Amino acid sequence: MSKIEEKLFQDRYRVDSGRPHIKIKDPDHCTECLEKQCTICCPAGCYTKEDSGKVVLVTDGCLECGTCRIICQDSGNLDWEWPRGGFGILFKFG
Amino acid sequence: MTEKFDVIVVGAGMAGNAAAYTLAKGGLKVLQIERGETPGSKNVQGAILYADALSKIIPDFRNDAPLERHLIEQRVWVTDENSFVGTHYRSEDFNKEPYNRYTIIRVHFDQWFNKKAREAGVLTICETTVTELLIEDGKVVGVRTDRQGGEVRADAVILADGANSRLAVKAGFQKEIKPENVALAVKEIHFLPQEVIEARFNIGEDEGVAIELAGSISAGMMGTGFLYTNKESITLGVGCMVSDFKENKITPYDLLDKMKAHPSIAPLIAGSEMKEYAAHLIPEGGYNAIPKVFGEGWMIAGDAGQFVNGIHREGSNLAMTTGMLAAQTLVELKAAGKPFTASNLAEYKRKLDDSFVMKDLKKYRRMPDIFHKNKQFFTTYPDLISKAVQSIIRVDGMDKKTKEKEIRKSFVASRSIFGLIGDAFKFWRAVE
Repeated sequence: MSKIEEKLFQDRYRVDSGRPHIKIKDPDHCTECLEKQCTICCPAGCYTKEDSGKVVLVTDGCLECGTCRIICQDSGNLDWEWPRGGFGILFKFG
Repeated sequence: MTEKFDVIVVGAGMAGNAAAYTLAKGGLKVLQIERGETPGSKNVQGAILYADALSKIIPDFRNDAPLERHLIEQRVWVTDENSFVGTHYRSEDFNKEPYNRYTIIRVHFDQWFNKKAREAGVLTICETTVTELLIEDGKVVGVRTDRQGGEVRADAVILADGANSRLAVKAGFQKEIKPENVALAVKEIHFLPQEVIEARFNIGEDEGVAIELAGSISAGMMGTGFLYTNKESITLGVGCMVSDFKENKITPYDLLDKMKAHPSIAPLIAGSEMKEYAAHLIPEGGYNAIPKVFGEGWMIAGDAGQFVNGIHREGSNLAMTTGMLAAQTLVELKAAGKPFTASNLAEYKRKLDDSFVMKDLKKYRRMPDIFHKNKQFFTTYPDLISKAVQSIIRVDGMDKKTKEKEIRKSFVASRSIFGLIGDAFKFWRAVE
């Protein structure tokens, strides 16, 4: 397990299978982005860089902070909504 | 839902619960909508509860609120890689009832606060996400939710949907929050036996310590760390500006792990069991980032309105107070038989301006900009201070006068004479 996976293992989620609440609109657009800061800034490590230059997003571990939306707002390439009511992270302590 | 309400409150955090409770106590018919499984399950805070703000809403909260420890000691530590220098303030005055600040665990606290609101008559619906505001002829008339047939109507909507507020942006009431106006904080909760915590922090039963950290722990970014003692756990975290994270090469969780390994922190959490990792945004833009906070049939409170006093690490009290003031405005208008128009809701802004909320934010209005442009306050100065203190303490045969000269030289070499004077002036401007 990676360091971030070990952390997220302690957290409780109700995953909305097949209905990610954040989507990359055009994956090709990310290949033009040099920084790919989403792969560094996301506190849950949801974004990973592929060798092809594309970015893969898996929202299962999302902590719903909104950082990705804010750093990627100029590109307009993120489709960001809250999870459906009751789904997503369920903090035990908060 | 065909039923119509006086007010819909979006969110069951500090602002939402304060607003809902105050509205119901004032006799209004209130629907509160929360997207989490239970109130609190989406909420994250350090967390310190400021008793004064809550006692103005629920004076006898101490009877049954889930409080962890009352704070008797505040520490402020400045770190470099291997050291920390700091101040501790402990007073028996903080050990007398009524206590001034408490540590809390937000999920437990928010459930209690929401129960109080429901007992006062609020209808709270959980597991429901508000997707947008219903707007007719420029007036907010209700909300749309992700439930089937999920439109609900009300005479006013209070947006208490948190730092990551989507509704006001979607409705065009405010712009998207900028990376330089918001911090990302990550935190963990670590469990230890109660007696171990009390021995490590030299505190008695129910007594607590808060530590705020600055310096190397933010890795050159504008940011701070914290560590708070709960009854049987310690929460600790670090937050830095999103605009700085955007330029940086360190992940938030690596930054947190680095802080946990720092010699000032590692012994305090040794042997503990980590039970949750969380992340949250904190609005840090201050006075100049506050959007329009009311309009035709709507008001905004808490983090959603960017009501956070960054330098004093206060947010939950501003959230409770703004939620309460928004609600009081509506209760007064309803009693006077006046509609919830923008011109009538302007009373909310007047109440805010009269309160500590806007007075404090105004005092520190220059701070975010000055700290953004002067990272030396987070990098150079902590290093210089640490080296100076070490030089004074270390006995190594060098005479004291030479040591003082070396310290002066190190400050001038790093910042120049004019730089030092300029920095002193900037720091004063930031906090005056």
